[in-house]
Amino acid sequence: MPDVVVIGAGVVGAACAHYAARAGLDVVVLDRGPVAGGTTGAGEGNVLVSDKEPGPELDLAVLSAGLWRELAGLGGFEYEPKGGLVVAEDDEVLAALTALAAGQGVEHTVVDAGRLTDYEPHLAPGFAGGVFYPQDAQVQPMLAAATLLREGGRGAGRGTLSLRTGVTVTGFLRDGERVTGVRTDRGDIPAGAVVNAAGTWGGEVAALAGVHLPILPRRGFILVTEPLDEPLVLHKVYTAAYVTNVASDSAGLETSAVVEGTPSGPVLIGASRERVGFDRTVSIPVLERLARQAVELFPALAARRVIRAYCGFRPYCPDHLPVIGEDPRAPGLYHACGHEGAGIGLAPATGHLIAQALTGARPGLDLDPFRPDRFDPDRSGTGTPAKEG
Amino acid sequence: MTRVYDLAVIGAGPAGVAGALEASLAGLDVVVIDAAPRPGGQYHRHLPDSFHALRPGALHHGLERFMRQWEALRSRAEILLGHRVWAVERTGGDAAGGTAGATVTVRCLAGDREERPRAVRARALLIATGAHDRPLPFPGWDLPGVLTAGGAQALLKGSLVVAGRRVVVSGTGPFLLPVAAGLARAGADVRGVYEAGGRFGLARHPLLAAGKAAEAAGYAAVLARHRVPYRGRHAVVAAHGEDTLTHVTVARLDADWRPVATRTVECDTLACGYGFVPQLELPVQLGCATRRDADGTPVVAVDAGRRTSVPGVYAAGETTGVGGAELAEAEGRLAGRTVAADRGLRVPPLPALARRVDRLAAFARALHEAYPVRPGWRDWLRDDTLVCRCEEVPLSAVREARRLGATDARSVKLLARPGMGWCQGRMCGYAVACLAGEDPAAPRRPIAQPVRLGDLAGLEHPLRKDDRDDP
Repeated sequence: MPDVVVIGAGVVGAACAHYAARAGLDVVVLDRGPVAGGTTGAGEGNVLVSDKEPGPELDLAVLSAGLWRELAGLGGFEYEPKGGLVVAEDDEVLAALTALAAGQGVEHTVVDAGRLTDYEPHLAPGFAGGVFYPQDAQVQPMLAAATLLREGGRGAGRGTLSLRTGVTVTGFLRDGERVTGVRTDRGDIPAGAVVNAAGTWGGEVAALAGVHLPILPRRGFILVTEPLDEPLVLHKVYTAAYVTNVASDSAGLETSAVVEGTPSGPVLIGASRERVGFDRTVSIPVLERLARQAVELFPALAARRVIRAYCGFRPYCPDHLPVIGEDPRAPGLYHACGHEGAGIGLAPATGHLIAQALTGARPGLDLDPFRPDRFDPDRSGTGTPAKEG
Repeated sequence: MTRVYDLAVIGAGPAGVAGALEASLAGLDVVVIDAAPRPGGQYHRHLPDSFHALRPGALHHGLERFMRQWEALRSRAEILLGHRVWAVERTGGDAAGGTAGATVTVRCLAGDREERPRAVRARALLIATGAHDRPLPFPGWDLPGVLTAGGAQALLKGSLVVAGRRVVVSGTGPFLLPVAAGLARAGADVRGVYEAGGRFGLARHPLLAAGKAAEAAGYAAVLARHRVPYRGRHAVVAAHGEDTLTHVTVARLDADWRPVATRTVECDTLACGYGFVPQLELPVQLGCATRRDADGTPVVAVDAGRRTSVPGVYAAGETTGVGGAELAEAEGRLAGRTVAADRGLRVPPLPALARRVDRLAAFARALHEAYPVRPGWRDWLRDDTLVCRCEEVPLSAVREARRLGATDARSVKLLARPGMGWCQGRMCGYAVACLAGEDPAAPRRPIAQPVRLGDLAGLEHPLRKDDRDDP
């Protein structure tokens, strides 16, 4: 019997399994599809501290950024500590951006308008300035997830880690309130604990255990250009509007271009946000807006071709914070989902904290802001108030 | 106001032209859009102008008929050649079936070097985008001199280029015959036709069993006159050469296509084709339902009148199942008449046309069953054989992705990058799906053709206000 069953072989599930196995636990990871087949496979690979307002998510992001640096040593996936440049359209926005950076307390450099092209030679003129965050990085998320799974059980003193794809969880084994394993379409798997890392589908998995997690899909499109011979974009570059959009509660369409180059040559352009359920229909107006914003940042991109576009569904929680920790309503069930667009970046810290919780160690961060029952009307009076939109 | 056509037809091949002609004869205002500078589609476009003059008759009786339809159409409909469609959108109306007020916007890029974006609007859409070659990978298939069967047909346009070349034709399916016959007639030294599937020689070719005796006999006569050997259950399993193709390994195959014995054939050109892949990105963009054809290939699902599952959107030709030019033309005619009837015009029923479609479709099914791709082709590959040429992904990387937990073509692509390059998986998609252990899925390509960011952003063409305001 495994110590832990992890539901979901995306990057968060992979990180939970990785750190649990490193902590000596025997882990089985289940996914109804392939590895990294959900939102992990539709992301850009953002590891950002720059877009987080001071608070629990930023603490998680800073912890995670350090862990990604260390995990990069495993090899097997691209990790680029390229840094992020946030640019401001006017002086007012720049003042707000600078104030935010001061409050974040993370490493950063305020960049004058005249110095912006030192960082990004092809940036459009006319920006008031920006802030550079050296800790912002990029990983290839699918290979990263696959590598975390492959390497988790390797090494002395570690538990085992096995991945079973094509297995659908249909329910939970219970002993009273306690969760004691999972039911699947391939049979029951008793386990010491179960981790729900089903991402955007985490709410559905929670519902199988009779508990409520208000996770909704928030759709995003990404444009991919032809491979460029010369790097045109050196860092992750976005406008200050992105920070506002990330924190917004609007169901309507919001776009703010995040532009970056990749080692294989193409430029990636995100990010749109809209709550339209799991609708994959292509929205040309969204692609058009992303393209326009990208060209506004880098005019030279106008002549480059987009060869591909894809969309994915971020796991959105109403307060923009992930759900991390044991569910008091179903002991034995741990949640690690609802990371919205930050799942790649926040995965290692999430996995690390889950492994600490599973082994009874004292968590490295206060998990209270992330607790699973915070959305229940009768339990919302305690703890950190929901983040402002 | 931007003009709104009654019907936009994408594809000026046999299906598109026949459909557009029927619709315009019935009184509809029709626009025909095609990426190529010339009409004809894959089937007719590649025949050289001189070909017909040299040899009228059974080989290409369809071309004359097509050209007559084309001439008739040109005076009746708007023609937009050299327009590459990168997206189609349906706006207005309702998904439940209401078509009143619904329009389709076809977004194209016109021109070659100096391309400019252009949007075409219509109340109905006929998708007749045809199919492209389906190659299989094998060691050396990335060498210069190795072509797809359709690519070899294109070579025929300049017969000077072909004359004197030593060519081997390999693959499966009835298309190999016109390719080989065309090359031989154009002066190429065709060293052999290797049909992986057919157990029988030309004398028992399935074309004969399906009432295509004249066509098959025509090809056979050309091959015989030029002393071109035709071998069933044989295939080219490797191509060799330093910088360019110098010779190929031809294998005799067992029933599953595993090599049994091999020999070497010298050649400088190899034309290879293992059937066709219907081009489905536009119907998929619109949300049209698909089904699996007899050989497992995804195709657009249509009713007897060629209506797709999306109101106001019709499909004909290879997108609804690969079946050749004659079937495509009949389906196109049927579609054009259905569109006219659905738009309230009086179109007398033509039961003979429907029967003809049924008969030709049954024949196409029989051919699919006669020429299945067998799994043994995987044994032709080595660890270092490139599966995806654009991204240079070897078989070993695909295998590594599967070890890492990729269980379908999409996850193999995400982990190992096959299909991420210029052709977006058009060439390698079939092989990657097979290697991932699944039937190929309908392609999801929200951007069907590369489009410049500036054009997508509408910067150079402050977007056509009318195009943006939905009715």
